[in-house]
Amino acid sequence: MTGTEINPATTPDALTPVLTRRWSEERSWTLETYERTGGYRALRTALAAHPDQLITLVKDSGLRGRGGAGFPTGMKWSFIPQGAEGPGAKPKYLVVNADEGEPGTCKDIPTMMADPHSLIEGCIITSYAIRANFCAIYVRGEALHPIRRVRAAVAEAYAKGYLGKDVLGTGFDLDIVVHAGAGAYICGEETALLDSLEGRRGQPRLKPPFPATAGLYASPTVVNNVETIASVPFIVAGGSDWFRTMGSEKSPGPKIYSVSGHVERPGQYEAPMGTTLRTLLELAGGMKDGIPLKFWTPGGSSTPMFTAEHLDVPLDFEGAAGAGSMLGTTAVQVFNETVSVPWAVMKWTEFYKHESCGKCTPCREGTYWLVQILERMVHGEGTPEDVETMLDVCDNILGRSFCALGDGATSPITSAIKYFRQEFLDLIAEQPAVARPEQLADVERADDTELSGAPA
Amino acid sequence: MTLAPENEKTPVPEGYVRLTIDGIEVDAPKGEILIRTCERLGIIVPRFCDHPLLDPAGACRQCLVEVEMGGRPMPKPQASCTMTVADGMVVKTQHTSPVADKAQQGVMELLLINHPLDCPICDKGGECPLQNQAMSSGRTDSRFVETKRTFPKPLPISSQVLLDRERCVLCQRCTRFSEQIAGDPFIDLLERGANQQIGTAEDKPFQSYFSGNTIQICPVGALTSAAYRFRSRPFDLRSTPSVCEHCSSGCAQRNDSRRGTVMRRLAGNDPEVNEEWNCDKGRFAFRYLQSKERITRPLVRDASGQLVEASWTEALRVAAQGLLAARAQRGIGVLAGGRLTVEDAYAYAKFARVAARTHDVDFRARPHSAEELEFLTTTLGTTPETGVSFAAVEAAPSVLAVGLDLEEEAGIVFLRIRKAVRKRGQKVFQLGQWTTAGARKTTATLVRSVPGAEAAVLRELAAVTDDAGKQLVDALSAPGAVILVGDRAAEVPGLHSAVAALATRTGAKVAWIPRRAGDRGALEAGAVPTLLPGGRPVTDPAARAEVERAWGLPEGSLPAAPGRSTDEIVAAAAAGDLSGLVVGGVDPHDLADPAVALAALEKVGFLVSLELHASAVTERADVVLPVAPDAQREGSYLNWEGRRRPFGVTLDASGVLPDCRVLDTLAVEMDEDLFTQTPAAAAGDLERLGRHTGSAAAPTAEPGPTPRPAQVGQAVLATWRQLVDDGSLLVDEPALAGTARPPRVRTNTATAERLGLVEGEAASVATDRGAITLQVELADLPDGVVWLPANSPGSAVRSTLGVGHGALVRVAPAGALGGAR
Repeated sequence: MTGTEINPATTPDALTPVLTRRWSEERSWTLETYERTGGYRALRTALAAHPDQLITLVKDSGLRGRGGAGFPTGMKWSFIPQGAEGPGAKPKYLVVNADEGEPGTCKDIPTMMADPHSLIEGCIITSYAIRANFCAIYVRGEALHPIRRVRAAVAEAYAKGYLGKDVLGTGFDLDIVVHAGAGAYICGEETALLDSLEGRRGQPRLKPPFPATAGLYASPTVVNNVETIASVPFIVAGGSDWFRTMGSEKSPGPKIYSVSGHVERPGQYEAPMGTTLRTLLELAGGMKDGIPLKFWTPGGSSTPMFTAEHLDVPLDFEGAAGAGSMLGTTAVQVFNETVSVPWAVMKWTEFYKHESCGKCTPCREGTYWLVQILERMVHGEGTPEDVETMLDVCDNILGRSFCALGDGATSPITSAIKYFRQEFLDLIAEQPAVARPEQLADVERADDTELSGAPA
Repeated sequence: MTLAPENEKTPVPEGYVRLTIDGIEVDAPKGEILIRTCERLGIIVPRFCDHPLLDPAGACRQCLVEVEMGGRPMPKPQASCTMTVADGMVVKTQHTSPVADKAQQGVMELLLINHPLDCPICDKGGECPLQNQAMSSGRTDSRFVETKRTFPKPLPISSQVLLDRERCVLCQRCTRFSEQIAGDPFIDLLERGANQQIGTAEDKPFQSYFSGNTIQICPVGALTSAAYRFRSRPFDLRSTPSVCEHCSSGCAQRNDSRRGTVMRRLAGNDPEVNEEWNCDKGRFAFRYLQSKERITRPLVRDASGQLVEASWTEALRVAAQGLLAARAQRGIGVLAGGRLTVEDAYAYAKFARVAARTHDVDFRARPHSAEELEFLTTTLGTTPETGVSFAAVEAAPSVLAVGLDLEEEAGIVFLRIRKAVRKRGQKVFQLGQWTTAGARKTTATLVRSVPGAEAAVLRELAAVTDDAGKQLVDALSAPGAVILVGDRAAEVPGLHSAVAALATRTGAKVAWIPRRAGDRGALEAGAVPTLLPGGRPVTDPAARAEVERAWGLPEGSLPAAPGRSTDEIVAAAAAGDLSGLVVGGVDPHDLADPAVALAALEKVGFLVSLELHASAVTERADVVLPVAPDAQREGSYLNWEGRRRPFGVTLDASGVLPDCRVLDTLAVEMDEDLFTQTPAAAAGDLERLGRHTGSAAAPTAEPGPTPRPAQVGQAVLATWRQLVDDGSLLVDEPALAGTARPPRVRTNTATAERLGLVEGEAASVATDRGAITLQVELADLPDGVVWLPANSPGSAVRSTLGVGHGALVRVAPAGALGGAR
């Protein structure tokens, strides 16, 4: 890719580099590079428009939240009460969810590393649209480098007059604070994030009230994912029709697919919504060492797994849901034939048990129980009843927990038993189980692909 | 015969919605929580985190039900404790929905996987919501064969409350109570996932005056009381509804006893008064019932000067003879004390007039003033309906507290006000010296005053139109505003008058909230020198005549002049102007000058003491007559609202007599009839007297001079009591004493610097009589003012210093005051 501006609509090939198009630029994260490649032009367009026009534009574009749930972004913005009296009189806030923690997900961190200014420009436009004068970017605490980089970019934007009082002389004020989380998966849940941002213990809040009416400091708040916000400047620049040239009617636009696991070239692949795993595997150079695909997640470990049967499922919100899973964060984790499903499920469940916030009974106690069953099973002491017990415990968690974390914790187990029940039963029959990590080490080779490096 | 037309539906009332629960159509007020609506229908959905007085949490997930909205079933079962009712909602609970039933059983199984099976030794076993609901909504056996999570236990989170983290189901009732109701968020969740637990910060124990409520609302045996743990099982206990004797709120409570011993006390549920809460003093301070110092037999001083046990017959004869002789000489004074039931107070009032033939009777066992009596005469006779009630305090747009630290001196009123502040943004003003914990928790605006100058400050605020004054006057002018006056106001000359003037100016209602349970009742029963029972002025001939007729006294036999107040009675006794004293539950150390009071008790010719415990009075008495504690008698209090709070007998009452009975018999020995043989008889006698209907004029006393430190090293003393202190009914309860706020001497930074005091180091506050040495804590007091707790360990202000609120004292770093101890 070059520094010249590109029209994604005419980009050939399966890739549609929009958000990722600057990633391979020299010092792509600097304001200088950003401006040279067309950055902060959309902002000027946006600031010349009425905020409501921007909300309508984003509505028309069909942009849906990239954090996993896929809620229509423009609609979310339009829920913010406006006006000089009543609920609209309260200050409004924009909070960017950069607490990327879903296992397998690694799209927001590279975005912030490689192109922080697209996020910042998105924040300014969004804040202007929802009439917020304060924006917080809540970055996962472990992501130290992105925190530094976004902070540096925010400082650059302040110095250049994109932030602070009277942005670009329009009379619009905006402050951005980059807040480091303290390392809890639950803080990616928007209301837990808000509590954490307020300095409290990060646990999900009771809804209603929803953040749109009582979010940060009990004021109307929009919480959006990094990728969602970073898409906004491109929509403002390209228009809603251009955005809709990619993807499907209900899930338009490009999407960063984070392909990891047993593929030749793991990385971030930005392609139109609805791209299939078959295409993604082609882009990623196929299965590593040619070992066949066994199972994969379409959008992180909280989305029910798929198998080789699902190579042609269009990976958009409708396609994934139609095939019995969810699009999630499009964290495509690919596992080949060498991986034991019960072992992988155990590792995921250990994560959920570790990260359960503890607020509600089903998630707190359920994950504690499930881990013990899985660990016992993998260590060669499973019983055939365990499979049914796990399914029943999952049934008692799914839809019974306080927030979606509990639901997500059941996905790997129920989907694994759905597709690989026999493997569980075989494992129980052929005790003891294979010690998986050692075996994996045999087949793994040094992987020289950069995490943040987009494929050329 | 006419048939009602079928299918005719009544319209849904305004403000209501109509929904269907388990096939039953029900109208519910808008905004009602679904689980409450179910309760009203008699459908009990199991729950743990839900509590009607706490904000919904939705944490335990035990109360899941199936809900259909607008004809469409919701995809997941819903927590009925967080969902509000809606029109057309169709709800299926565990009784009609297999999904809800399975969901509830699933959650119950999960709650039990980490719960120890120690019900047989758990305090809660037998009255445990987890145990009960595991029976009603759980599986018969567990599928959990893995390892349970364990913790060391118990963990003392205060000297009073012990935490068993293994039993905890993390419903957060305790943390939500502490944060939302008490405002003491000293306990919170720590860690996460299965390691989540309740805990305290490292150096901050659960120091809350209301901590015992968390034990009561804990739905499992996770929080237990140090004093009660392992002492008895619920099914061995006999429960008796009762009323708290510790303050003027009159909280409903439940006494649980076993084999003649009160094992524990719980808060009763009285939505009009204490809702479901009580303070730790009310809950835990009952060991005085078994105190070694309890007097159970009459005592008579023998020829050698020793008190020896005597029969009732002998003791009463000796007492009557002594009193008759005293009456014939210079007369008898009656000090009734502030802890009496209405019936007992009436008996003292009547005993004074009929047997002692005097108006020298006063219940005020504390500093008091004539102005106070004038003021109290204007607040007499109110009821919750006609005066100020808890509900009125909660509904008030603004509240001014005068001479009253709400949290320390009227804990349950404090909880109501905090609720109003939190839910409705009630404005609270505190006339005082510093922003106390209670003031902070009610976001009170401190109207700061030098001790003793409160009256002047109030007058000035009401008179001038600066911001602070305008703010206060405007707030109190709002309809429903109230001024709450504590009994300490009597220590400040002119304060009652200033309050009365402010009330007249703003239209705010005034309520008197004394500290002690018996004060209000004693006032109404006529145990004061200026008033006969029913609020009749002694000086009113018609009122006297009424009473004389009712009591069968000769016409004109009641003296026309008011009697003497407590201080005057004490002074008279000390000066030899009184020959006999009858003293009820009075601690001389509570009086304005304890030294004078003790001298009076020594000096007086004949002293009869009616007491529960050995005390400074019994030590000096000629005859000691034991009386029954509340647990062993029936009676009633009149709480500060003027609400009658009757209670029955908790423990076997044979062998102990209430004050009214003792006085009645003593009077008979003196050849007079009181007709107060039983509390019921006394109450009936008082009832028959009826009430005085005249009105009284508000006091118009001028404020006294503002106290100012006259020399270097001097300060003006501010002082009042802390809730948990050295009060005589708090004996023998070390676990409770451990939660008392540490006694500290407080000044502001500038004063501390000037006096050479250092925060955290000891300082002495002294008068010529003695010194009190405590650690210094800085607070926002006015310049030149020092605060001491009035009756805390190491700080008995009146006894040690001989002075009180508004007095000049010397203050210096500890050891620097020559000669002071």
